[in-house]
Amino acid sequence: MADVKYTKDHEVVKIDGDIVSIGISEYAQDALGDLVFVELPDVGRTLDKKEDFAVVESVKTAAEVYTPVAGEVVEVNEALNDNLDLIKESIESGWIAKIKVNDADALAELMDEAAYKDYLSSL
Amino acid sequence: MLKTPLHKLHQDLGAKMGEFAGYGMPLFYGEGVIAEHKWVRESAGLFDVSHMGQVSFVGKSVPQFFQKLTPSWFENLPESKAKYTVLMNEQGGIIDDFIVSNMGEEHFFAVINAGCKDKDIAWFEKHLPEDIDMHEHKDRALLALQGPKSETVLSSVLNLDFSALGFMQANEYEHPEFGLLTISRLGYTGEDGFEISVLNQYAPTLWNALLEKEVVKPIGLAARDGLRLEMGYPLYGHELDETTSPIEADLSWVISKNNTDFIGADRVLKEKEVGVTRKRFGIKLLDRGVAREGTEVFCHEGKKLGVMTSGGHSPILNASVGMAYLDEACQSDTGVYVRVRNRNLSARIVDLPFIEARTKSNVKKQAKEKSNG
Repeated sequence: MADVKYTKDHEVVKIDGDIVSIGISEYAQDALGDLVFVELPDVGRTLDKKEDFAVVESVKTAAEVYTPVAGEVVEVNEALNDNLDLIKESIESGWIAKIKVNDADALAELMDEAAYKDYLSSL
Repeated sequence: MLKTPLHKLHQDLGAKMGEFAGYGMPLFYGEGVIAEHKWVRESAGLFDVSHMGQVSFVGKSVPQFFQKLTPSWFENLPESKAKYTVLMNEQGGIIDDFIVSNMGEEHFFAVINAGCKDKDIAWFEKHLPEDIDMHEHKDRALLALQGPKSETVLSSVLNLDFSALGFMQANEYEHPEFGLLTISRLGYTGEDGFEISVLNQYAPTLWNALLEKEVVKPIGLAARDGLRLEMGYPLYGHELDETTSPIEADLSWVISKNNTDFIGADRVLKEKEVGVTRKRFGIKLLDRGVAREGTEVFCHEGKKLGVMTSGGHSPILNASVGMAYLDEACQSDTGVYVRVRNRNLSARIVDLPFIEARTKSNVKKQAKEKSNG
């Protein structure tokens, strides 16, 4: 069973061994409003911890998506080019990119669902 | 923060509120900006634009007064007719853009931008001859009902017939339930529609009576911006400002041949003759992405042509559209690049509007062309 975690920047991170799928949380979706476009990264791009790798454009604004850990982009969700509503469905269908992480231990810093909920209520 | 008389109703409707020109205004309601935008194009949308200024001018010399302050001609403006024009400064820049209607009996009614109210009124006062009375209607709200179903809905709610009210026409009505109404057939969406000036105390009941109709939904200012963008209408503070002339803004059609003696005429008449170095153009993205205000525009050879003053997603074209001030040598239908976050996106300079207006006059014109063709 994959582990789902959250960042303070409202990314959702699904962990499968050393591969993480990154998307955006419901909170981020609500804040952005109607989505119009996702700028996907190139496969093979290496990312530093906290580097932005994608941009979600909504009617209102553009939001960068950050990786919480360093790694390499191994896959991007091309299906989002045809159907942005996938983002709102779940991390299973609405992930933006999959990243092979360099140091899986760094994932321990992320919040689980309960901790993320506490974090949201503190905002 | 200032509030319109409909403020509480917006909150009750669950609007996301935002600040605009000092007013707390609805940005969008529950269904989101894109759904609202499409609703206006398909049905009828109700906007609160009470933050705008409403000013009456009464006196024999009002046409001459406006001919001094704007490049347009008012002496031949028929009764009940509205005219779009620009308020000029001495340097030939634009203080505001606004619509003036001839209400008859030496009474002209102007609606000015919320963010320009104070400076406009000061400018009017400064130039006002003694024989003109100016009065700002702070006791009035302004509703806009826009979309193809507007006429049917407004007629049924007010029990009035608007079939004879043409595009860019305005009339006053003494209504048994809603008091004195000034109703103009115009708007900022490119659709058929009306702006309804109503006394503050009747505004909430009129708003609710319109919203009771199934074909009407409340629409926020975010969708209003997208709708005007698709029509290529300039927005003050973006496409227009005190340094921009009406020629640069591609508004030369507001300049009357009769008028050579208006404030700022020196620059405008000179520009008419020798041209300008930059001009307002439409920009449509061919690549996916969104080019917003501030985006730079380049020609294929890499030379910078100018900067976008507005831009956003068009729900109808499903593409990013906007406006930019570019080198005046630019031509429509030219391929260009826009730079968004260090990426070059392919775009095109296009004629405005991005989509055809469906105002009453345009629908009639198109029907006539069809029957002739």
